[in-house]
Amino acid sequence: MSEPSDLERIKRASRHLRGTLRESLAEPVTGALHADDVQLLKFHGAYQQDDRDVREARRLARLEPDYSFFLRLRLPGGVMSPAQWLAMDAMAQRYGARGLRLTTRQTIQVHGIRKVDLRAAAQAIHACGLDTIAACGDDNRNVVAAVNPLLSRVHAQIFEQAQALSLHLRPQSRAWHETWLDEPPTDGNEPEPLLGDAYLPRKFKIGFAVPPDNDVDVYSQDVGLVTIIENGALSGYDVLVGGGMGATHGNAGTYPRLASPIGFITPDQVVALAEAALTLQRDHGDRSDRAHARFKYTVDDRGLGWTKAEIERRTGFALQPSRDFAFTQRGDRFGWREGGDGRWHLGLRIPFGRVHDSEGIARQTGMREIAALLAELAPDAQIRLTPNQNAFVAGVPANLRERVDAMAGAHDLALHRAGSRLALNTIACVALPTCGLAMAESERWMPAFLPKLQALLDKHGVCNEPIDLRISGCPNGCSRPYLAEVALVGKAPGRYNLMLGGDHRGQRMNALYRENITEPDILDVLDELLARFATEREAGERFGDFMARTGVVTPPLPREAAA
Amino acid sequence: MSVTAPLPRLPLPKDRMQHLERLTQDLDSASLWWLSGYAAGLACKLAPAPDALEMRTAAEPTTRLTIVYGSQTGNAKRVATQLARQAEAAGLSVRLLGTDAYPIRELATERLLYLVISTQGDGDPPDDARGFIDFLAGRRAPKLDALSFAVLGLGDSSYPQFCVIGRKLDARLAELGAKRLLGFAEADIDVETVAGPWAQDALVRARERLEVLAPANNVTPLRRHVEATAWSAARPFKAEVLANQRITAEGSRKDVRHLEIDLSGSGLEYEPGDALGVVPRNPEPLVDAVLHALHLDGEAAVTHADATHPLREWLTSKRELTRLGRPLVAALAKRRGDAAVKTLLHPENGEALRRVLETQQPIDLLQRHASEWTGEALVAALRPPAPRLYSIASSRASVDDEAHLTVAHVEYATETGTRWGAASHWLATRAEGDTVEVYLERNERFRLPADPDRDIIMIGPGTGIAPFRAFVQQRAAIGARGRNWLLFGNPHFRSDFLYQVEWQAALKNGSLHRLDLAFSRDQSEKTYVQHKLREHGRDVYAWLENGAHLYVCGATTMARDVEKALRDVIVQAGARDAEAADEYIVALRDERRYARDVY
Ligand code: SRM
Ligand SMILES: Cc1cc2nc3c(=O)[nH]c(=O)nc-3n(C[C@H](O)[C@H](O)[C@H](O)COP(=O)(O)OP(=O)(O)OC[C@H]3O[C@@H](n4cnc5c(N)ncnc54)[C@H](O)[C@@H]3O)c2cc1C
Ligand SMILES: Cc1cc2nc3c(=O)[nH]c(=O)nc-3n(C[C@H](O)[C@H](O)[C@H](O)COP(=O)(O)O)c2cc1C
Ligand code: SF4
Repeated sequence: MSEPSDLERIKRASRHLRGTLRESLAEPVTGALHADDVQLLKFHGAYQQDDRDVREARRLARLEPDYSFFLRLRLPGGVMSPAQWLAMDAMAQRYGARGLRLTTRQTIQVHGIRKVDLRAAAQAIHACGLDTIAACGDDNRNVVAAVNPLLSRVHAQIFEQAQALSLHLRPQSRAWHETWLDEPPTDGNEPEPLLGDAYLPRKFKIGFAVPPDNDVDVYSQDVGLVTIIENGALSGYDVLVGGGMGATHGNAGTYPRLASPIGFITPDQVVALAEAALTLQRDHGDRSDRAHARFKYTVDDRGLGWTKAEIERRTGFALQPSRDFAFTQRGDRFGWREGGDGRWHLGLRIPFGRVHDSEGIARQTGMREIAALLAELAPDAQIRLTPNQNAFVAGVPANLRERVDAMAGAHDLALHRAGSRLALNTIACVALPTCGLAMAESERWMPAFLPKLQALLDKHGVCNEPIDLRISGCPNGCSRPYLAEVALVGKAPGRYNLMLGGDHRGQRMNALYRENITEPDILDVLDELLARFATEREAGERFGDFMARTGVVTPPLPREAAA
Repeated sequence: MSVTAPLPRLPLPKDRMQHLERLTQDLDSASLWWLSGYAAGLACKLAPAPDALEMRTAAEPTTRLTIVYGSQTGNAKRVATQLARQAEAAGLSVRLLGTDAYPIRELATERLLYLVISTQGDGDPPDDARGFIDFLAGRRAPKLDALSFAVLGLGDSSYPQFCVIGRKLDARLAELGAKRLLGFAEADIDVETVAGPWAQDALVRARERLEVLAPANNVTPLRRHVEATAWSAARPFKAEVLANQRITAEGSRKDVRHLEIDLSGSGLEYEPGDALGVVPRNPEPLVDAVLHALHLDGEAAVTHADATHPLREWLTSKRELTRLGRPLVAALAKRRGDAAVKTLLHPENGEALRRVLETQQPIDLLQRHASEWTGEALVAALRPPAPRLYSIASSRASVDDEAHLTVAHVEYATETGTRWGAASHWLATRAEGDTVEVYLERNERFRLPADPDRDIIMIGPGTGIAPFRAFVQQRAAIGARGRNWLLFGNPHFRSDFLYQVEWQAALKNGSLHRLDLAFSRDQSEKTYVQHKLREHGRDVYAWLENGAHLYVCGATTMARDVEKALRDVIVQAGARDAEAADEYIVALRDERRYARDVY
């Protein structure tokens, strides 16, 4: 294998992720960190960014870029207590900008934190029993788990496993505590038994799905675990490996990939399985080319058979044959539902995950009031974040339903009552102005773009058609666009690749239909296709399926099938 | 003027003398001046001359005129220098000295003394006059019965403490028994208006007292002479603006501009520490507002002091229209305007007057106290325009013929509309390619150490940073080995860190060795440069003990707080009592290791 990437040097030299972070944070002349620390910071769940809207103006003004940071929680399964929500809300108000941002991996990002406030912000997180360890970086990322509220008991089990796994695979280094809390600094030679001194070659993602819901997009995970429920009880998981979205424009060696099934395991085997897959990737992943370092490429380079065998060798047990399961949907179930335990769950649409008071919209206030109410009267209730950037208020006692409902209604949190399916299901990544990799707008563009697209749906009489639309500001695919029925992938300011033909269950990838087109062209193209769809579709046929069936595009076959 | 005077008897041997006589016979004055400069040039090569006019002739006090100036920004020095030159040309024996160079003990034997001195800060003396004044004010001051004197005070009547330093000295000299030859004269910002006539009278009186001698054997080297008559406020150089860039971020309360000005072709050779004089034009909306408020016609021809221009032109470029001066307040008071204005001028209302002068512009008063005005009356009541000075923020060693400025745009709102500062607004609104009228204002008291190995400490919050950008550029260019320590402050790190990337680069490449920052509003308790100075007192003292030079530039009030802090630092780190600390500071100033450029 060729030269290790520079990041490998940085990781190895970092004394288990300490680097010179404390010095960087204390440096008063700049709002940024030393270059190497910028990389290490990710392992601590934070990212250095700058406001790209003002980059040029500041360059001319002889000012450095407007640096700020986001902190991302490690929040397995997206579950937090009302009290923790309040703590995060307060932290965001005090130190952040643009409120709380619910992510596509069921957690919260707070953007716009200044270097000087970073420690205080992290301490606020720690104070409410949370952390940000490994929320970013070359490690095991936030473990996602289905939010399905109807199966309270199973959900509880899945959640426990997700949480245990997240803790077990977390870096053992005390760097986080020494950097952000007041734990005295050490030389950092504690063991890192699982991840090793160089940590992983790249990010690593694990997700638990609970059929019939595929809200976690289990086929996009490095390791996907599909819950198999037999006569009402959890019997185990089908294992999928090698999923991932990220690609790079113009680099054919990079591609999104559907995770491939390799067998079935029982609940007690989850940790061993995850450990085996993770250490396999640790030992065999590509450490020279970061664009080729994800688990999915290891799987393809070595072959699925080898991968499965190697996993079994490491676990010391054989995987059982895959069981059957079927996904019917992946969107969130908004509105009120009663759980198995008689508690009530309210699914709230949070457009593009942004919980922020602005332009007359008071979602942050609304969520704060709801959380405050529950913290006082039902502390065991939960706020559950979904992989679609939405939020559930879970475990609400019947007697509080009315009040919670009223609060939601009063604060733009009851979109499910009015909003069209398009407005409820669309996912857009953060992109500009904070994302350093964004090539085009995403989240900020939606309020202007969606009504135009909705107008086309109305025009063709399919106004409430549930079309999964996902927008990413670049091909990294943070909104998992390649699994959408319609996707827009940013290529340049105002220009996108239009992808079509994915399926709404997240089992078939879409394909490129038009390259590098602008909003007017996007609307023209969709206008024409929706016209055909409205007239030629089969009964109940979804738009993505129609695109594939009528050959408008030819979606790629899953790797294992293609091979 | 052509001087046909016998050549000096001394100090040339006879034979050389004859050569010289033959050589200089009926040369015109220009040639003679040139020759003098040539000779001076030669002399400088042999032994570096003191400021050639700052001479100590052998002449007896009885036969000698002594002209002493106390000057911060060079006006008093210029006036005094002109007077000295005229006196000398008139055949008088003159010595010209700065207050700091004047051997104070000789005062007792002095016979004829002219003093030209400005008022600074808030009624403070120029930095170089502190010692002189303390001595005179103190009990050690001698009786001066034998002395005749005259004092010309320079000032700006927009300051409540108008010319107080000159007035105090005038009074004190009389008190010590000296004989007043001329009444105390006050020159406002249009210095020449008063200084010209005063100099003439002063010359006449001096002639009466001193027997006419041969012209002194000291002359002005041509270089200085030419420069003295080069670009000036009266004859500014038209320079092109190369760049005008706001360097505070959006959302900053301050609009600070970085200007790059093209001096090529001007022959202006500034040094780090010098300032550029800018001759502004008043904002057009302001001129309109004044015309409108007084129902006057801008096109009407107005004659004043036998010059005639359209009123609009008077108000745009020939009158001070943004700085309120006494004359206008007085004029308003004379009119049957309300009592409020009248009472302002009563001595006991100094505070009120100060507030008015500091916060009001002429337009504010004219709008409020409406009364009948003629164009003539208005022009007469307004003062001639004063140029503004801006520390040069660049070193020629790194920008060649350019001069960079760091300008805080004075712009603020009032109930009756936006107000601007004349010069800063003029500059802030110049586009690339526009021209601005400038001249060079030397500042010999604000110079880098001659020894490049000396450390320097630079305290320059806000636009006070400007000269230090020049200093650091210069020290880098000449490869100075001394360390450079900068203390900077402003409201916010994010938006007001002037030249942030340049300082970061300077720290990286080693041309800046230490940078301490005080961003006052980034935390609940305000912190300023003086706090940083105290915080790092031990280091500051250690640097000073090690011979470092200390520079302060920026707002007058800041400079005062910094000096307090410096005193405390010397008391604590230097384990001295307050008095000793003061002496320490005075010593620093005398050694020219403590220089301030405040405004
Ligand atoms: C916040 C979030 C998008 C959102 O709108 O919710 C997000 C935001 C960013 N992602 Fe992502 N990713 C987010 C989910 C994803 C997903 C979806 C998922 O994990 O289910 C993917 C696709 C799945 C995958 O990993 O393949 C994803 C694939 C990437 C990639 C491409 C990785 C690759 O294999 O090529 C990058 C770029 C990279 O890692 O080099 C990236 C990088 C980034 C960064 C950190 C940009 C950067 O590296 O400088 C973005 C920060 C933008 C900002 O200003 O906040 N993000 N990112 C999601 C946070 C998830 C979390 O809480 O952990
Ligand atoms: C040696 C020296 C160096 C200098 N260097 C610099 C430099 O590097 N950079 C720099 O920016 N300046 C510098 N200055 C100051 C500069 O010369 C001007 O004084 C300054 O720019 C203001 O001039 P102006 O013509 O813009 O405003 P003016 O026309 O002189 O003032 C306008 C009037 O408005 C009023 N006023 C002003 N602000 C307010 C307010 N906030 N509220 C109410 N009333 C107000 C006052 O009455 C003031 O007289 C320096 C001064 C000196 C003496
Ligand atoms: C920062 C500063 C403060 C001043 N304070 C006063 C003052 O209090 N009273 C006054 O009459 N003139 C004041 N002036 C005006 C000067 O005395 C005036 O410009 C004079 O011409 C300067 O002469 P010089 O260049 O010889 O110092 C001040 C000027 C500056 C730059
Ligand atoms: S998809 Fe691209 S633009 Fe959007 S958040 Fe991810 S990295 Fe940024």
